[in-house]
Amino acid sequence: MSQTLFAQALLNPDAALPPGLVDPEGLPAPKRFSVYRNNVASSLTRALEAGFPTVRALVGDPFFAAMALIFLRAHPPRSRMLMLYGDEFPAFLAGFPPVAHLGYLPDVARLELAMRESYHAADSTPLPEAEFQRLLGAEIAGLRLRLAPAVRLLRSNWPVVSIWATHHEDGPKPRPVAEDALILRPDFDPHPHRLPTGGADLVDGLLSGRTLGESLDKAGPGMDLAAILGLLISGRAIIGVSE
Amino acid sequence: MLDQTLNGLPAKPGVGYKPQHFAAILADPGPVGWLEVHAENYLGAGGRPLAQLRHLAERFPISVHGVGLSIGGEGALDRDHLDRLKQLCGWLNPASFSEHLAWSTHDGAFLNDLLPLPYTPATLARVCDHIDQVQEVLGRRMLLENPSTYIAFAETAMDEVDFLGEIARRTGCGLLLDVNNVYVSGTNQNYDPQSYLDAFPLHLVGEIHLGGHDEDLDDQGRRLLIDSHGAEVVDPVWALYARVIRKAGPRPTLIEWDNDVPDWPVLAAEAACAARLLEPVA
Repeated sequence: MSQTLFAQALLNPDAALPPGLVDPEGLPAPKRFSVYRNNVASSLTRALEAGFPTVRALVGDPFFAAMALIFLRAHPPRSRMLMLYGDEFPAFLAGFPPVAHLGYLPDVARLELAMRESYHAADSTPLPEAEFQRLLGAEIAGLRLRLAPAVRLLRSNWPVVSIWATHHEDGPKPRPVAEDALILRPDFDPHPHRLPTGGADLVDGLLSGRTLGESLDKAGPGMDLAAILGLLISGRAIIGVSE
Repeated sequence: MLDQTLNGLPAKPGVGYKPQHFAAILADPGPVGWLEVHAENYLGAGGRPLAQLRHLAERFPISVHGVGLSIGGEGALDRDHLDRLKQLCGWLNPASFSEHLAWSTHDGAFLNDLLPLPYTPATLARVCDHIDQVQEVLGRRMLLENPSTYIAFAETAMDEVDFLGEIARRTGCGLLLDVNNVYVSGTNQNYDPQSYLDAFPLHLVGEIHLGGHDEDLDDQGRRLLIDSHGAEVVDPVWALYARVIRKAGPRPTLIEWDNDVPDWPVLAAEAACAARLLEPVA
């Protein structure tokens, strides 16, 4: 019996039982085989529920479970590290007709993926306060900041940070505005912050290794540099600087 | 006597570590003398999981239990995954590394279940090749766990105990004896768990697993047990375990509870049951 047939039958509920699988009397045993089908479906559903709690809260538990089943059959994990399972989930949501009216859902899923990546990212040590003060006293436009491996940036046309906060922190009802999210992990718990207009361009510049001056130019006029730097510093996200 | 190179775990109760028990375990481990973690949960780059594991490893011997290597898979072992396991074993230097007689990946997809194998000469050769590779890359002897199964293969030509014994003989690996799996598989495959254990090469057993299961019915309406790791160990499994350690002597014994995980006192009480049985045979 080939494992190809076994694997196909696991992921496809309409597939025939693979030949040669029997009960103790040698009889075919579809119900016994279904134990494996259920194990695969329920364990991967649990992984998706753990990974996308906000998406789940937005659509409700029964709907999420049904949707997860369709997703996992079409997109089983490609890695054994289940904690990162679901990188194809946002694109799946964007093309899944029953949630087409929830335009923000794919970006909420992207935010949750980015939070999980941040949670498992490498540890780092922030730049000491004194080092900052010394550098900020000089000409800062030419500085390049090195950001922590746990920093994630997500641009969105939807109020993703507010939606997240509504579900996790009893935040106010989200208003229909675009929100770019900066995820910082000061110790072990990632937290999404809403960036002001132009903030995503600035952070993107820094993440790409551009100088502060170049990044500020990208962000356009009116950018509150002090606010962004304050956010990065309090989030222990600046781990190095070079001139 | 147990071959001491089998395992560096103490012959005491251990538990499968769950992050929600971190503070409780450190405050009062009770009878728990070691911890087991699923390797795949600790292959990230950093963050809380690794920080907790580093902290626990200062206090407890750690067993690394892989659930994703797919040693019985038809395809080659995933070299990247094996290298990540090597890296984990490198910095953690666990007291034991174990995996399953099962497969879980196919054609690049990870199915996240321990799937069954037909016991044939071809499977035997493939599993032995894979175990040789694992032991070579990790630079350590591994333990292989007997599976819980729900279905049989018409092509199976060997008895499971003989199959495991032959793998150990060819590869030099040790065995992880899951007594609940023996009870589950024995019920499901219509054999006597006691006879299975009487035939089992206990001198190769470096670790014992105990866990709970669910009950269902098969196609013919007969009792079908599902290995759920989501309940207390049942009395018949305790009885089988007691007989194993009376015969084999005390062995590192894990309480496995992975689903519907209870509060720490419930898990510690299960470990205390194992401790009460281990004490008189020590």
